[in-house]
Amino acid sequence: MTTPLLEVSALEAGYDDALILRGVDLAADAEQIVAIVGPNGAGKSTLLKAVYGLVRARAGSVRFDGEDVTGVRADRLTRRGMNLVPQVDNVFPTLTIAENLHVGALVLPRAERQAEIVRVLELFPLLAERHRQRAGSLSGGQRKLVALARALVARPRLLLLDEPSAGLSPIAIDLVFEKLVEIRSLGIAIVIVEQNARRALALADIGYVLDTGRNAYSGPGRTLLDDPRVVDLYLGGSRSGTIASSSTSTSTPSGMNPAT
Amino acid sequence: MFLQLVANGLVTGSVYAIAAVGVSLVYGILRLVNFAYGDMMAFGALIAYGVDGPLHQSMIVAALAGMAATAALALALDVVLWKPLRARRAGFMSLFLASIGLALVLRQALLLAAGSQPRSYRVNPYRVFVLGSVRLSEQQLIAVAAAAATIVAVGLFLTLTTVGRVLRAMADDRALAAVAGIDVGRATRVAWLISGLLAGLAGVLAALVEYSFDPNFGFQLLLPVFAAVVLGGIGSAYGALAGGLALGVAQEVSTWSGFAGGVNPVYKPVVAFAVLAVALMIRPQGFFGQARVG
Ligand SMILES: Nc1ncnc2c1ncn2[C@@H]1O[C@H](COP(=O)(O)OP(=O)(O)OP(=O)(O)O)[C@@H](O)[C@H]1O
Ligand SMILES: [Mg+2]
Repeated sequence: MTTPLLEVSALEAGYDDALILRGVDLAADAEQIVAIVGPNGAGKSTLLKAVYGLVRARAGSVRFDGEDVTGVRADRLTRRGMNLVPQVDNVFPTLTIAENLHVGALVLPRAERQAEIVRVLELFPLLAERHRQRAGSLSGGQRKLVALARALVARPRLLLLDEPSAGLSPIAIDLVFEKLVEIRSLGIAIVIVEQNARRALALADIGYVLDTGRNAYSGPGRTLLDDPRVVDLYLGGSRSGTIASSSTSTSTPSGMNPAT
Repeated sequence: MFLQLVANGLVTGSVYAIAAVGVSLVYGILRLVNFAYGDMMAFGALIAYGVDGPLHQSMIVAALAGMAATAALALALDVVLWKPLRARRAGFMSLFLASIGLALVLRQALLLAAGSQPRSYRVNPYRVFVLGSVRLSEQQLIAVAAAAATIVAVGLFLTLTTVGRVLRAMADDRALAAVAGIDVGRATRVAWLISGLLAGLAGVLAALVEYSFDPNFGFQLLLPVFAAVVLGGIGSAYGALAGGLALGVAQEVSTWSGFAGGVNPVYKPVVAFAVLAVALMIRPQGFFGQARVG
């Protein structure tokens, strides 16, 4: 049993007077896609921000690669190999696409930056074509791609993605999910928050259902999709799996950690 | 006469432009409207005076000393004042009020240390260069040349260098910059350093152009400099340049007799704000400002 790449334990965080996360657990291993789903306002974005130190953790801990990184500054986490694509405000709007990527690559040794940018742009031909365009002039979907590319050029080992498919056209959504599989195959762990819960869980190795700042359910993504309680409460009824296999469900309610 | 006024306007405008870039840079990165900027300019001008007068160094050495000292002051103020305020998450208004307080303290300190009497650098104000129908003093030419060189240098620095790109990224989104791996504290100090160098230079050039100055003169420059910043689009360095030049020219040309007999020069500050008001009606985000939604 190896220690997970990311391990969040009993994390509490919030804004001013409001406590939003009330003891959340989460674990992600290398080369895993971990999906976090849950209703609006459940605290999914807050969880990613708290992991990244953008919202202060009031209790609990975040461990990355076996080390306690609770409260560590965001730029230091990035240097250690984490990266984050926020839900909104995820590009530098007055910088060109090329400049956005260059800023993202600054954590690499100088000699390796350009090659890494070229390599990532091969994943995103659309961005390569427009690399001189200001990021602020792009559509929401294109900005998401810039943000994803900006995070990838830092060669992260763990990527936190907040709703990468929100507001995109169906074709663009397909593209994003394809990229996720490609990114995982590069050996990068992904923690993804998604409105598109069925699709994210179908793809995910592990899924977490978050509700009012607490773990509600967790388990292998497929298992959650087949769990009638999860489906009824969080996926709007009518299961995707046709056979009722709930008696054999291994998903675990309320905060037990299935990955360990 | 008209051309002469335009030339004079470009001279004062280029000094405004340098100062406006310095104000704009820090505003972009810290959302801090630095009301103490005029007094930082006066500080630089006075340090240069000390090096030029009593120490008998050349004007270039004096100007560099003034710039270096002002940059050091800006960095020191970040450590003792601005950084602690940021750590306490001071909002826009608290920062603004703190800068007003700082301006008063700085000015009183300068008056106390240097006295309120007017003074001049050891330059010859009567050396005049004639370019066609335009006559410019040596100081005016120096000011324009230094400003042009500085403006080109700052422009190239912001667009072409990594540090310049980092500063622009931070002006766009400080939190995202940290996520991208930028040490925002260090980049902030770089911004203060540059802003301080520019304040020192603008102070020395303003003192050269005005010939005679006292520790209060920075404060009188502050309003046109702020107007230039707003005119160009708050937080845009290129806009600050354009705003400064436009404002300088508008102020001078308003005194032209062909323009409704000419505005009394005493009302130049009023002209600055009239230009500002009209320009903002036409383009509320300034020349180069981003139209922001919400
Ligand atoms: N900056 C903030 N200041 C104060 N409260 C906030 C802030 N951001 C979020 N909240 C509140 O925290 C709660 C959780 O928000 P969060 O954005 O984490 O939810 P979410 O699960 O990501 O929702 P969504 O699906 O809408 O993105 C909400 O009640 C929200 O109103
Ligand atoms: Mg969210």
